[in-house]
Amino acid sequence: MSSAAEAPVTERRYIEALNEGMATAIEEDERVIVLGIDVGAGGGIFRVTRGLFDRFGPERVIDAPIAEMGYVGAAVGAAMTGLRPIVEIMFMDFVGVCLDPILNQAAKLRYMTAGALEIPIVFRMQTGAGKAAGAQHSQSLEAWFAHVPGLKVVLPATVADARDLLLESVRDPNPVVFVENRRLYGTKGDIDADPLPLGKARVARQGEQVTVVTYGQMLRTCLAAAEEGDAALEVIDLRSLAPLDMETIYASVRRTGRLLIVHEAVQDFGAGAEIAARVSTDLFDELRTPVRRIGTPSVPMPFSPDLEKALLPTSKAVSGAADALVAEG
Amino acid sequence: MSTNTEPAQAASPPVPERDLFATMALIRAFETRVAELYRDGEIPGFVHTSLGQEAVAAGVGRSLRDDDYVATTHRGHGHCLARGMEVDSMMAELFARGAGICHGKGGSMHVADPAHGLLGANAIVGASLPLAVGAGMSSKHLKQGRVAIAFFGEGAVNQGAFHEAVNLAAIWDLPVVLVCENNIYAEFSDSRTLTRVPAVVDRCGAYGIEARAVDGNDVLAVAALTADAAARCRAGKGPFLIEAETYRWHGHYEGDSQPYKPEEEIDAWRERDPLEVSAARLTASGACNREELDSIRSEAATRVEASVERARTLPAPDPEEAYADVFGS
Repeated sequence: MSSAAEAPVTERRYIEALNEGMATAIEEDERVIVLGIDVGAGGGIFRVTRGLFDRFGPERVIDAPIAEMGYVGAAVGAAMTGLRPIVEIMFMDFVGVCLDPILNQAAKLRYMTAGALEIPIVFRMQTGAGKAAGAQHSQSLEAWFAHVPGLKVVLPATVADARDLLLESVRDPNPVVFVENRRLYGTKGDIDADPLPLGKARVARQGEQVTVVTYGQMLRTCLAAAEEGDAALEVIDLRSLAPLDMETIYASVRRTGRLLIVHEAVQDFGAGAEIAARVSTDLFDELRTPVRRIGTPSVPMPFSPDLEKALLPTSKAVSGAADALVAEG
Repeated sequence: MSTNTEPAQAASPPVPERDLFATMALIRAFETRVAELYRDGEIPGFVHTSLGQEAVAAGVGRSLRDDDYVATTHRGHGHCLARGMEVDSMMAELFARGAGICHGKGGSMHVADPAHGLLGANAIVGASLPLAVGAGMSSKHLKQGRVAIAFFGEGAVNQGAFHEAVNLAAIWDLPVVLVCENNIYAEFSDSRTLTRVPAVVDRCGAYGIEARAVDGNDVLAVAALTADAAARCRAGKGPFLIEAETYRWHGHYEGDSQPYKPEEEIDAWRERDPLEVSAARLTASGACNREELDSIRSEAATRVEASVERARTLPAPDPEEAYADVFGS
């Protein structure tokens, strides 16, 4: 990692930051491989791995057949035996065909062997609605993974985190589900000279009236809401669901007395429910109003862009909910 | 490309048959005692014994290099013992003791010893295949010359994981030996009724890999074929599938009374007891006499009984153990 003194901070796209993170990981550790469908010569369907194949060769950047159960399982086996794979699942919805290696192997084998097996692996998966991709290419399933003991779940919302959290995930000795929202791929930003560690949430915007907890693509929505509404929002970017940095949330809610949780994933049984339960239990006396959640309604994501828009949380909905909380008490 | 048509290349087993017999005797003694202990309620959970299949475990397990990898199944006690898993800590694990090899967090279906290349028994049918492919990737990538063995039953070959793993091992030319223990029954069902292609070797031509069937109750034949297959792998010739034809004496799990099996079939296979097949050859050749073989078997029983007596005296795991080893740091 370069120090703040050298190399001026330069703007880049989220997708470039991911690419840079992988390149650095491959360069710094001969055990790191990148594996997935079309990640090699083709550079990935979203071009996230563009150039890595030419730069590092077919032994480090490996094209897999369309056989997720096989290659994701093999990547877990490779992680158990000395490699540090970054394995790509093209769309998060596709984990349906390769859940066993993640759920039953990667998440559990360290525990079941009393720590004798280490499984340092990153499952990169891309998701996000709003691109008319239909119900099988749009769903946010991070709460599933956060519900499985033994998995870390990381969701970079910024360009800086795209690079730094990816690098930290590769260096982590545990299996990490790394979730990229494709609506962030084209966003631009600077690299952070002094990145926060994995597991720490970041206060993205300070405010005194309502704590808004979010992650991933919805960070931008919440920051926009903070500009649009009347209430002074404190916006917290969780960065990871597992570990879940409750301390940063608690510190904020103790000041604001109001909590709104926003995620793109379906609201029912989502990450917001867990956070709401913890805050309601632990800070009951300090809450001025009941905890509110905003997520997508519980329907499969429809194809029509108009229908998608009708379902996805908007900045207007967030600012409206925040203003309502302030009006409540 | 041939499947099951090429004559076996001459390859001497690395250990004499007397030692293979001793390994089978240890497995027989262990499994026999475990079945009794389970029946008597001393061992909790689910237990699947490999009685009748000892020649496959011993023949494969003792024809490998010490650092080779083995990924196995829910019926994995024999494979672990053949690879040298320590009897006391294995029995302690089955007894769910804190001194067990997995600190009481794995049990019969998850015994593992990664320090010795044993990636573990695994309770998901077919899971051993992708994991072994991954171990083969590691060995190839790190230029270690290690071979990865996947044990699985013929009940696993209708899983997608089998097909995906075999294809991956083939296209990446990995040093993987796929060992199918065909014991005719996929849990309760006659596996010949579950496919139009009951011979597993017949599937391999479709993936362009070589395969041979072997008498799985003849330890010497299994050992010779394994040594040959492992040597091929180390020579960079890619994966090989062994179909060992054998029979499961007990039910799918202990307590399954096997009403679905014809009596005459059970009797016929018991006539071909792998220990007796080997004993007959050893005595006929003059390598051993009956008394020596009996003494090998009684020593094995004594060894196992000592592990049982020890396990009985061991304390349950400390409750804190439940929280250890979820994540590494």
